Amino acid sequence: MSIYLPIAEMSVDVFLILLMGGGVGFLSGLFGVGGGFLMTPLLIFIGITPAVAVATEANQIVAASVSGVLAHMRRGNVDFKMGTVLTVGGFAGSGVGVYVFTFLREIGQVDLLVQLSYVVFLGIVGSLMLIESVRAISRHRSGTVSRGKLHQHNWLHGLPFKMRFRRSRLYISALLPLGIGFFVGVLAAIMGVGGGFLMVPAMIYLLGMPTSVVVGTSLFQIIFVTANVTFLQAVNNQTVDVVLALLLLTGAVIGAQLGTKASGKLRGEELRGLLALMVLAVCAKIGFDLVATPDDLFSIDEIEGFGL
Amino acid sequence: MSTFAPMRSLPSFMVCMSALFVLLQVPADAARDNAIVADLSEDRIGISTRFTGADVLLFGATEGHGDVVVVVRSPDSSVIVRRKERVAGIWVNADDLTFDDAPGFYHVASSAPLPDLLPESALKAEEIGVENIEFKPHDFLSAKEETSFRDALIRNKQRSGLYSRSPGEITFQGDRLFRTRVALPSNVPTGNYRVSVHLVEGQQIVATSTTDLSIEKVGFEAKVTEFAFEQAPIYGAIAILIALIAGWFAGIVFRKV
Repeated sequence: MSIYLPIAEMSVDVFLILLMGGGVGFLSGLFGVGGGFLMTPLLIFIGITPAVAVATEANQIVAASVSGVLAHMRRGNVDFKMGTVLTVGGFAGSGVGVYVFTFLREIGQVDLLVQLSYVVFLGIVGSLMLIESVRAISRHRSGTVSRGKLHQHNWLHGLPFKMRFRRSRLYISALLPLGIGFFVGVLAAIMGVGGGFLMVPAMIYLLGMPTSVVVGTSLFQIIFVTANVTFLQAVNNQTVDVVLALLLLTGAVIGAQLGTKASGKLRGEELRGLLALMVLAVCAKIGFDLVATPDDLFSIDEIEGFGL
Repeated sequence: MSTFAPMRSLPSFMVCMSALFVLLQVPADAARDNAIVADLSEDRIGISTRFTGADVLLFGATEGHGDVVVVVRSPDSSVIVRRKERVAGIWVNADDLTFDDAPGFYHVASSAPLPDLLPESALKAEEIGVENIEFKPHDFLSAKEETSFRDALIRNKQRSGLYSRSPGEITFQGDRLFRTRVALPSNVPTGNYRVSVHLVEGQQIVATSTTDLSIEKVGFEAKVTEFAFEQAPIYGAIAILIALIAGWFAGIVFRKV
């Protein structure tokens, strides 16, 4: 059964889109990431233009995150105070990101920026996570219990505007989550992702938050950042396809619920290791496409009649 | 919600009858302009939710001599063609050239191979055949450069199924009645199309009949697009609201499971 997408202006198979939504939703529930870093490339792969894919995916992630957050809230795994501070930074960052995106779209470099961001950030995050989780797993296997400090103290802890985050058992400068939120927000807007794959490691390694609250808190702030991206893309670029988003999120919310349930059956380091492998696989694919000689060196773009 | 689902096949006798009917209305001593008459199985294609492309049947009649050439083209727009170059190992969009007057959709069909029917100059003048469409470049480049960008434009349009790769066939039934199918893909641009039907005799166009074909989004598709462009902030807010409700609803449903 096929359906014509009004904004993407093409016809797609309904079941294919539902399946894509469900599969990516499952992984997002499992790992606590929005799944955008998988879905956006998939959408582009089936022929949706990058502009529509990025904007529509942001809309879809809103739903996936709401559904995920509810599950984590019931277990008390959301630090609302930390989430709010991250959201404030994320709002500013995603605003900047959408304008960068609009500008690059005009000069024809948006694909390059999206692909480069994917390769660089997925590469870094994936490698770091893989190394860390392999160490953790081997430590677990060998049975050595190294009960070191809760987290390392460095110059980051000397920053002003200290705030107490009770749920995360942290007393750190608010500038730190604000900055992380901003940076992830910029990338979220450009890459059409929620930024969970960046946010989760940043919360663990930079902020030193306990793993149990990281996923729920990340999802909580993603709701607001992706809602902001959706709104700004709709206003600036008219590229949010609600029909496509609705199909994707129907699959994704169901998948995310199943994924969240499944995540309880795996240990933290195993989850991180699997996520790392997946992130690296996507990174390798996109990196290869950048380097490999394209079939046609030329591409075309319609110039719309209305003001960009 | 009304849909204008295209008829996939018209019984051929109906086509003959309607073409004959058209013919009978043409007086024997008609002006040369009436030497060819043609019409479409529908003059309005509505893009609705179930749209997956459409086939339009073009049929008509001649006075029994000559060949027929059909050109279907959508309104023109400006298209920017970009060329990738390898920079530090990766492929980056480098040079570009913008062309005006590029039809979004272009289809040509003929009852005999085009080069046999008309001289190069006539094909160029009437923009018959994809290689003869007149694109106006924004910048001046060397002829060789311009050609490579022009060819790339045609090639990319052909790949998306918007320009015909090779001319379609026009079949004659008897001496006078002809018909051809115009396949419109699902990504067809909207707008008012011009359908030109040329009668060719002795290496020149002796008569031309033109009809309009309107392709537009209808019903839900039209409303969504109009809403997205004209009420962008409200559209964005509603998109977010839908996502919030869907996510919340799923959360509630799954708690019970």
